[in-house]
Amino acid sequence: MPNRIITYAEALREAMREEMRNDASVFLIGEDIGIYGGAFGVTQGLIEEFGPERVIDTPISEVAIVGAAVGASLIGMRPVAEIMFFDFMTICSDQLVNQAAKIRFMFGGKARVPIVVRSPAGSGTGAAGHHSGSLESWFAHVPGLKVVAPATPYDAKGLLKSSIRDDNPVVFVEHKLLYRTKGPVPEEEYLVPIGKAEIKREGKDVSLIAYSIMTMRSLEAAEILAKEGIEAEVVDIRSLRPLDEETILQSVKKTNRAVVIYEPPRFGGFGAEVVSLITEKAFDYLDAPVERLGGEEMPPPYNPHLERELVPQVEDIVETVKRMLE
Amino acid sequence: MDLQQKLKLYYQMLLIRDFEETAEELYMAGKVWGTFHLYVGEEAVAVGACAALQPEDYITSTHRGHGHCIAKGADVKKMMAELMGKKTGYCLGLGGSMHIADLEKGNLGATGIVGSAIPIAVGAALGCKLQKNGRVVLCFFGDGAANTGAFHEAVNMAAIFKLPVVFMCENNMYAMSFSVKKAFAIADIAERAQGYGIPGVVANGNDVLEVYEITKEAVERARKGEGPTLIEAKTYRFKGHSKSDKNVYRSKEEIKEWMRRDPILLFEKHLLEEEKVDPQKLQEIKQKAEKEIEEAVAFAEASEELSIEEARRLVYAE
Repeated sequence: MPNRIITYAEALREAMREEMRNDASVFLIGEDIGIYGGAFGVTQGLIEEFGPERVIDTPISEVAIVGAAVGASLIGMRPVAEIMFFDFMTICSDQLVNQAAKIRFMFGGKARVPIVVRSPAGSGTGAAGHHSGSLESWFAHVPGLKVVAPATPYDAKGLLKSSIRDDNPVVFVEHKLLYRTKGPVPEEEYLVPIGKAEIKREGKDVSLIAYSIMTMRSLEAAEILAKEGIEAEVVDIRSLRPLDEETILQSVKKTNRAVVIYEPPRFGGFGAEVVSLITEKAFDYLDAPVERLGGEEMPPPYNPHLERELVPQVEDIVETVKRMLE
Repeated sequence: MDLQQKLKLYYQMLLIRDFEETAEELYMAGKVWGTFHLYVGEEAVAVGACAALQPEDYITSTHRGHGHCIAKGADVKKMMAELMGKKTGYCLGLGGSMHIADLEKGNLGATGIVGSAIPIAVGAALGCKLQKNGRVVLCFFGDGAANTGAFHEAVNMAAIFKLPVVFMCENNMYAMSFSVKKAFAIADIAERAQGYGIPGVVANGNDVLEVYEITKEAVERARKGEGPTLIEAKTYRFKGHSKSDKNVYRSKEEIKEWMRRDPILLFEKHLLEEEKVDPQKLQEIKQKAEKEIEEAVAFAEASEELSIEEARRLVYAE
């Protein structure tokens, strides 16, 4: 039977629905996730099936949402918390960074914090400085947290199911512009493992290493480059932490060139980690310096043209690759 | 309050209503983008409260901040330009609807993070106390913000330091879709004041004169160094939370019921019946407001946009 085509948002909803059906310890908690269905409609219909006891609408209280998830997880529950916008993660950072991430280690490995914190990230909707953040680099920096950022509906579903089953706190990054994108998702159960990158497109001339929406832009760029005879390989990182070093290194060893593409500000961002990995472990294979395409070092502007210039676009990727190959 | 002053309040309420309705039309026409949060139905709170301030006093605002901005004396031309992302806007088109500040008029800015301006208002009040400038800070926030950690920490700090700040909680009955009936285990948010040892007062947020009188008393208290007051203005937003709201969480009947208590209609009734104002006079004021908004749109449309080079120079102070 051919795969169904569904949206990224539907894929996420299916993952939560299946895990809630399978495991009574899974519950959802967040702002407006009940009858409203979530700010981006991801949890629509779940309150009808599971009721307000397992799809818990809360006041605007981010500290308490993540804190409640941590507490419930310590006594055997598997909460999935929704933080309405990634920028709001800064509010609950104490619970996430000082508590969720450190508890297991500080308690000598005796406690488990199996929580998932889902959150819409990224710019492109004109929501300006307080609703357009890409802070995944920050959280990838915290030992004890896992950070995943799927690009396709297939990966969104498979990674969310894996995240819910994982015994660690997982920060689940959903790009707002991906929610309505569509892709094949099988009816039958599957998981996408955390910590595994995937080659989304094979190529021999350059590796485009990206995650989330930048994977999709890299795939578009690769199509354009192919028309000019340049075969780009697209590596979708999928999990920022743990990072699949092997897949990245193998790709670079094959193509001898790499561009790392990511949305957060270029400076001190996740791309630097990938560049460092490549120069440490595949330096001899490189025919050119590794390039980094990151966001402008500025808060997200409201004006649509400036907002577009904030983050790497398809044409930026194409230009960078052509320049490297000149 | 004399009639002249009352007519000014009436004008400001109309200006806010027109601004919001025009912004909505511009959004539908694709000239305003992103999202914004309409203040329609809540005009009496901003206008009544700001009328109790001196021009040099400060306010902090929220994501639903157009009304506060106008009531504190902002130029609607610059506001409209901001909504259209233009260089002539209050924030050069970088902030948009949710982040308008007008420092010259004492508006310390709107914020998109619910509750986050409450500690900032307290900080401004602390500054006023240290500068001994006799100014007062009016802090607008919604019912949703009253449940954030920021609220509790900031109100307590203002109370123990006896800072010149007035906490104006605009209870419009919903934090996005979450009803205040579910969000609070108390009847009135003003009850919270007891826990911090400050006065808590409930105001009819659809009655501009009542909001004015209650705020005036709180402002005087603050100015005398007697510390903060928590005012809860009960009101209602006629429109959805934002432009993407389908309003599935409340009934049409409920919205209609509140629209019968439209603050502008209530005030009109007062002006016609108690003050015996000539209806023609009110009509003229309406036309003046409409004209001002039309001019604002024309100004915004004719304006330029900022370049990325100019934007880059604004990230750090030189």
